[in-house]
Amino acid sequence: MTNLLILIPVALTLGAIGLAAFIWALRSGQFDDLDGAAMRILNDDEDE
Amino acid sequence: MVCHARKGPPPDGPNAGPDNTVRCNGLDFASWVRPGEPGQVRLDLSVPDIHCAGCIRRIEDALHRHPAVTSARVNMSSRRVAVAWRSMDAAAGEIADIVASLGYQVRPFDAEQGRDEADAARGRELLLALAVAGFAAGNVMLLSVSVWSGAPEATRILFHWLSALIAIPAIGYAGRPFFRSAWSALRARSLNMDVPISLAVILAAALSLYETLHHGEQTYFDAAVMLLFFLLVGRYLDHLMRTRAHSALTHLLSLTAKSATVQSAEGTHTTVAIRDIEPGMIVAAAAGERIPVDGVIIEGTSDLDVSTMTGESAPTTVSPGDSVHEGTVNLTGDLTIRVSASAEQTLLAGIITMMEAAEHSKARYVRLADAAAKVYAPLVHGIAALTFLGWLWASGGDWHFALFTAIAVLIITCPCALGLAVPVVQIVASGVLFRHGIMLKDGGALERLAQIDTVVFDKTGTLTLGRPRLVSPAIIEVGQLAIAAGLAAHSNHPLSKAITALAASRSIEPARVEQVTEEPGRGLSGTCNGQPVRLGHAAWCEPDLSVDSRTRPPHQLELCLKIGDSRVRSFRFEDELRDDAGAVIDELKQRDFRIEILSGDRPDAVAHVAGELAVDNYRAQWTPAAKATHVASLNASGRKTLVVGDGLNDAPALAAGHASIAPSSASDAGRVAADCVFLGDHLQPVVFAIDTARRARRLVMQNFALAALYNMVAVPLAVLGYATPLVAAIAMSTSSLVVTGNALRLRLNTAELRPADRTMAFSADGPPPPDHVRRNVA
Repeated sequence: MTNLLILIPVALTLGAIGLAAFIWALRSGQFDDLDGAAMRILNDDEDE
Repeated sequence: MVCHARKGPPPDGPNAGPDNTVRCNGLDFASWVRPGEPGQVRLDLSVPDIHCAGCIRRIEDALHRHPAVTSARVNMSSRRVAVAWRSMDAAAGEIADIVASLGYQVRPFDAEQGRDEADAARGRELLLALAVAGFAAGNVMLLSVSVWSGAPEATRILFHWLSALIAIPAIGYAGRPFFRSAWSALRARSLNMDVPISLAVILAAALSLYETLHHGEQTYFDAAVMLLFFLLVGRYLDHLMRTRAHSALTHLLSLTAKSATVQSAEGTHTTVAIRDIEPGMIVAAAAGERIPVDGVIIEGTSDLDVSTMTGESAPTTVSPGDSVHEGTVNLTGDLTIRVSASAEQTLLAGIITMMEAAEHSKARYVRLADAAAKVYAPLVHGIAALTFLGWLWASGGDWHFALFTAIAVLIITCPCALGLAVPVVQIVASGVLFRHGIMLKDGGALERLAQIDTVVFDKTGTLTLGRPRLVSPAIIEVGQLAIAAGLAAHSNHPLSKAITALAASRSIEPARVEQVTEEPGRGLSGTCNGQPVRLGHAAWCEPDLSVDSRTRPPHQLELCLKIGDSRVRSFRFEDELRDDAGAVIDELKQRDFRIEILSGDRPDAVAHVAGELAVDNYRAQWTPAAKATHVASLNASGRKTLVVGDGLNDAPALAAGHASIAPSSASDAGRVAADCVFLGDHLQPVVFAIDTARRARRLVMQNFALAALYNMVAVPLAVLGYATPLVAAIAMSTSSLVVTGNALRLRLNTAELRPADRTMAFSADGPPPPDHVRRNVA
């Protein structure tokens, strides 16, 4: 029982971190241009 | 990479220079500029032709090269460019010209436009709800698995409480899109798919909470959250589908901020927004510009490209006293026009009104998913209610068990697979079409496209490329062509452009011609190597001699070249058919479609094209209203008509058609009215779009059948009370996976469109795409 008391909060925290990371990514506009992101990987901007 | 057209120099070739200056004319960018960081301003540009990594890079690099620009970012999904620059150092038009000079069409875009913002906000809300539901589903499922595998009572109660803590807030948050829609349906006294969904989720959560409080053995928290998760996936896909192409295509009309140059009584020129134009004002329209108003010419002679308004392929010559219409393009001479109608009364405005009226018939179309929901929702409610009453009676008043079973029925029948069946197929289909250069406006369009049995084509700009091409160019001498090209470079006339394009394609350097003057309606004259040269109408080049034009077929146009005192040389042009027009018509005939051609052009020109394509049903010189009425009457007689057209004159017919397709070179109104738009110089996408739509419909039907099969197995089990939470979880996820997997088959075999056609859809082998040369002043 004690191991559950540790592991469940750990599991939920990890999940919550993932959710928070997703919400952050969404808010910071990373989902605004999915097609563009797929294309941009083909451009190498080394000459900058 | 698909984008060959954009690599290398701008596609316009040698005549790109003079073109760039007119490209953004008539568009008022300054009024769309918004304040940004201190000292900076921002502007959103709509650039519908962006479609590859090269485009992104060229546009961003070109903008960054301008010293005033502080940031430039292309949004590929919405085909937009967001630019910010120091307001002191550059004007809005200058920034827009940078993109235009790369060969792209540019329009200002109003980012604060209500509808678009609302769309983006809705997308974000759905995505957030999806994330929350996914998080909750994952965690609750972990807890449920241990309960199912036989956890001791204390653990089970703890896990049920934990599940409740996660699931109830998650349902409250992620379920809102469904609850809202169900509520509004109920208020309107109707049922949609969201009513059983909301009912099942809310009842399941409430019952599970009751069970948790009373230390019961089974809860449905996992099923409720998972249901929301799957349905939100479907909802989000549906949303993506609608926004994807729509952002690139619509808004064009409403957001094109146009202005006109008004001449005051004292002769000064001011720029006035179109909506402020009143009858009686005097407006100046320079050569190469689009006519911004309806009016009567009071000064100047010119040739007008009226093809978008009437479908007539040859330019018409106008002089003082003639009336002109908004939307036509002034080719050769400067005009002064007295405005005869205010912005709302122009012919163009009339066509748009007609277009809106015609669209009402399309709005009556009920989408497949909604049609299914109409049958499904009452059925589900009925079965659940009967289950409840049946068990209440059979178990002698055990309402707890009866309710539990009824809720299990609701959960198991919940249209998980049904909610995914249509959106998954449609998003996959639109993705397939998108990669082949066909942009689709919404899922409904795909369904309608699958039903059509009649195809109505426009001629100018649709079956033909809408630009004249020299007939048998091989017999023309290089020297003559060089001189002709030297003269033609000074004119916007389509025949002149055809000559410059031909010279460029053969790498012939245009000869140096001096003192070139253009006489509107007649032609160009100048001196080359000390000899007078003329390019224009036969009668003007050789006034003494009546040139015999009887040998010229009536559908052809003629331009004559006279060098010094030598005999005139005649160049003949015809509006070239798209390369694969014949093949496409044949393929459509093989599929037993009825084919018609409706054109506004001269009867002989239409007859020639119809003869060449072996189409028996053709009409010439039809007005936009006649076209739309004809299409509506075809629909009324039970036919499902696909309208393929490009011009403004086709817009009402495009809107009236059961489905409609326009080439990307179409007029703004045409593109707005059409259900889908295809890129490139080939007609093949029309066939491909129809075939894909039909296959998509077949897959949707298969998915419906799979969902029905699943229900036929699952519902009796649930009614009999065997649908434990474990069974519900397995059944739900399996059916969803099966349906999604089936939809993905659409991507597997897209071999119907031969590889050759696929590359051709974007290639720049031929002359430049017409959208860069013909309607660029729009």
